[in-house]
Amino acid sequence: MRVAAIIAALVALAVLPRVVSPYFVTLMLPAFAYGIALLGFNLLFGYTGLLSFGHALFVAIGAYSAAVMTAKLGVKSFELIVLGAAFAAVLVAIPVGLLSVRYVRIFFGILTLAFGMLFHSFLFKFYDITGGDTGLRVLRPLLLGFAFQDLDKTAFLVGPFYYYCLALLALLGFVMWRIVGSPFGLHLMAIRENRRKAEYLGVRARLFCLLAFAISAFYCAVGGVMLAIGIGQADPELAYWTHSGELVFMTVLGGFANFFGPLIGAFSYIFLKSQLMSITEYWRFVMGVILVLIVVLFPRGLVGVAQTAWARIKRS
Amino acid sequence: MNAFFDLLLGGVFHAAVLFLVAAGLQLVFGVQKIVNLACGSFYALGAYFGVTAVKWAIAAGAAPYLFLPVLIVAGIAIGSIIGPPIEALLRTVYRRDEAFQLLLTFALVLMFQDALRFFFGANPQQLGDTAMVYGTLSAGSVLVPTYNALVIIASVAIAFGLGAFLQRTRFGRILRATAENREMSEAMGVNVRRVYATVFTLGTILGTVGGALVVPTAAASLDMPVELVVEAFAVVVIGGLGSMRGALIGALIVGIMRALAIRYYAELEMLAIYVVVIAVLIARPAGLFGKPVE
Repeated sequence: MRVAAIIAALVALAVLPRVVSPYFVTLMLPAFAYGIALLGFNLLFGYTGLLSFGHALFVAIGAYSAAVMTAKLGVKSFELIVLGAAFAAVLVAIPVGLLSVRYVRIFFGILTLAFGMLFHSFLFKFYDITGGDTGLRVLRPLLLGFAFQDLDKTAFLVGPFYYYCLALLALLGFVMWRIVGSPFGLHLMAIRENRRKAEYLGVRARLFCLLAFAISAFYCAVGGVMLAIGIGQADPELAYWTHSGELVFMTVLGGFANFFGPLIGAFSYIFLKSQLMSITEYWRFVMGVILVLIVVLFPRGLVGVAQTAWARIKRS
Repeated sequence: MNAFFDLLLGGVFHAAVLFLVAAGLQLVFGVQKIVNLACGSFYALGAYFGVTAVKWAIAAGAAPYLFLPVLIVAGIAIGSIIGPPIEALLRTVYRRDEAFQLLLTFALVLMFQDALRFFFGANPQQLGDTAMVYGTLSAGSVLVPTYNALVIIASVAIAFGLGAFLQRTRFGRILRATAENREMSEAMGVNVRRVYATVFTLGTILGTVGGALVVPTAAASLDMPVELVVEAFAVVVIGGLGSMRGALIGALIVGIMRALAIRYYAELEMLAIYVVVIAVLIARPAGLFGKPVE
C-alpha cells in the first residue's frame, strides 16, 4: 500500500513537467531541495528529539560550496559538487556537533543558532572571500558529464535538472528510510524517548547524536547545492537564523512525527508561500497565522490531519 | 585616551539597552521556561511606537525636553497592551514540548514583521536630533551626550529595581518560588496563571521600553527585530539562561565587545560576539551565572 503510494507519487512527479506550466515546475526545484534538507533535519529533530535552530548553516555551506566550485575552482560536474559540498558540511558538522550535542533541549537550539549566525556574519563581513551581502554566483553544472548546451536556463532547470533532482530525492529518501529503520535509527529514537535510560542500556548517546548531526548536515548541504543551482546564486541570508526557523516551520507543517511529513511540509510550504506572495505583500503575517494554527491546533501537522480524517472515514 | 572613553561609553550605552531586552528574556525564561524569539519584535515595536508617541507629544505642544518621559511611558503603555493577549496565546502551549513554544514565538516574529510594516511603513523612522535638547555632559575632557548618560542611569536603576523586586517583595518571592517549582507553588495556593501573565507582560514591557529608549540615537527599522534577537541571545547565553546578574554582565560584555570590534576591526563586529558565546559555552556550559542543566 505504502510502496504503491510512493511509486504513484514518483510517477506523478515525473510526468508533471509535461502537464503543468514551467513556472510550477521551477517551483518544484526548491521543494525537492528542501525535501532533501528536511529529511536530514528530521533525523535530528523528529527521530532524535534535538531541535536545531541553526541548520540553515549547512544549507548555506552547500550553496556556497556549489558557488565556489563552479565559479572559482571550475569544477562543473554536479556529482562532484554534491559530494564536495556534503564533505564540507560533514567536516563543519563534526566540531559543531561535538560541542552542541553535549546539550539537550533549548540549550542545543540556542547553541546551534549561535553557530549558524557565526557563519552568517563570516559570509556577510568577509566581502573578498564570500561576496558579502550580494553573495556568489552559481554556474550551471554538468549532469553526468553532459552540458545540455542547446537548452536555455529554464529549459535546463525544468528538463534534465528536474529529473536529476527527482532521482536524487528518491535515492536519498530511500537511504534515509533505511537509516531510520536500522538499529541505528532505533537507538536515536530511544535517545529521544529517554536519554538517560538509553544510556543505562548501553546506547552511546553522544556519539549517536553526533552521527545524526553529521548525517543531517550531509542532507542539508545536498539540499543547499540544489537550491543554489536553481536560484543561480548563493547569498548569506541562507545562513540567517530566520531561514533555520523556516526549516523548522516546514517540518512541523508537514508533521515531524511521520517519515514523509517533512517532504509534504516542504512541498506545501513552497506552494503556499508562492501563492501567498502573489496575493499579498503581507504574506509573512499569513504564514505566521498558519504556523500558530499548526502549533496550537494541529501539532502533528498536515500528515496528522490527514491521518485523523482517514481514520474517521474508515470508521464510518 | 578620549577616543577610548567615547568608545567605552558607546559600548555601555548599547549594553544598557541590551540589558533591558535581555532582562525581559531572562525573566520569561526563568519563570515560564520559554525562550522568546519575539523579544526583538517587542523591542522594535517599542522603538516605532516611541517615535510615534514623541511626534504626537510634540505636535500636541509638549516641550521637547519632556521626550524622555514620553518615551518611557510609551514603552510601558504599548508593552502592557500587547503583553497580555500574547501571553494568552502562549498559554495554549505551556504544557507542550519546548519545540512548539519556540515555534509559536517564531510565528510571532513573522507576524510582527508584517504588522510593523503595515502600521509604520517600510522606511526607517527616526527622531532626528531631539536627543540633543539635553545637551552634553563633560567630565574633564570627555564629552557625553546627556541623553546617553540618562539612559545608562535609567537602565542601572531598572536593574536594581528588578533585583529588589525579585529579592525583597512578596510577589518577587512568589515569582522565584514558581520558577523553582511550578507544581509545588500551585499546591501552596499561588495563582500561577496570574503569575505567568504578569511575568510575561513585565518581560514585554522591558523589551518595549528598551526599544523606545534606543530610538533617539538610532532609527527604528524593520531589521531591528531579527538582528536584536541574536544579540540578546548572545547576552543570555554568556550570562547564563535565567540569571539576572548574568544578563547584566553579559550585556556589558556584548556591548563593549561590539564597540571595540567596530572601532578596531569592523569585519569582526558580530563574529567577535559569537566567538565569546562559543568560548563561554565550551568553558562554562551553563553560562557565567547560570545553573547547570540536568
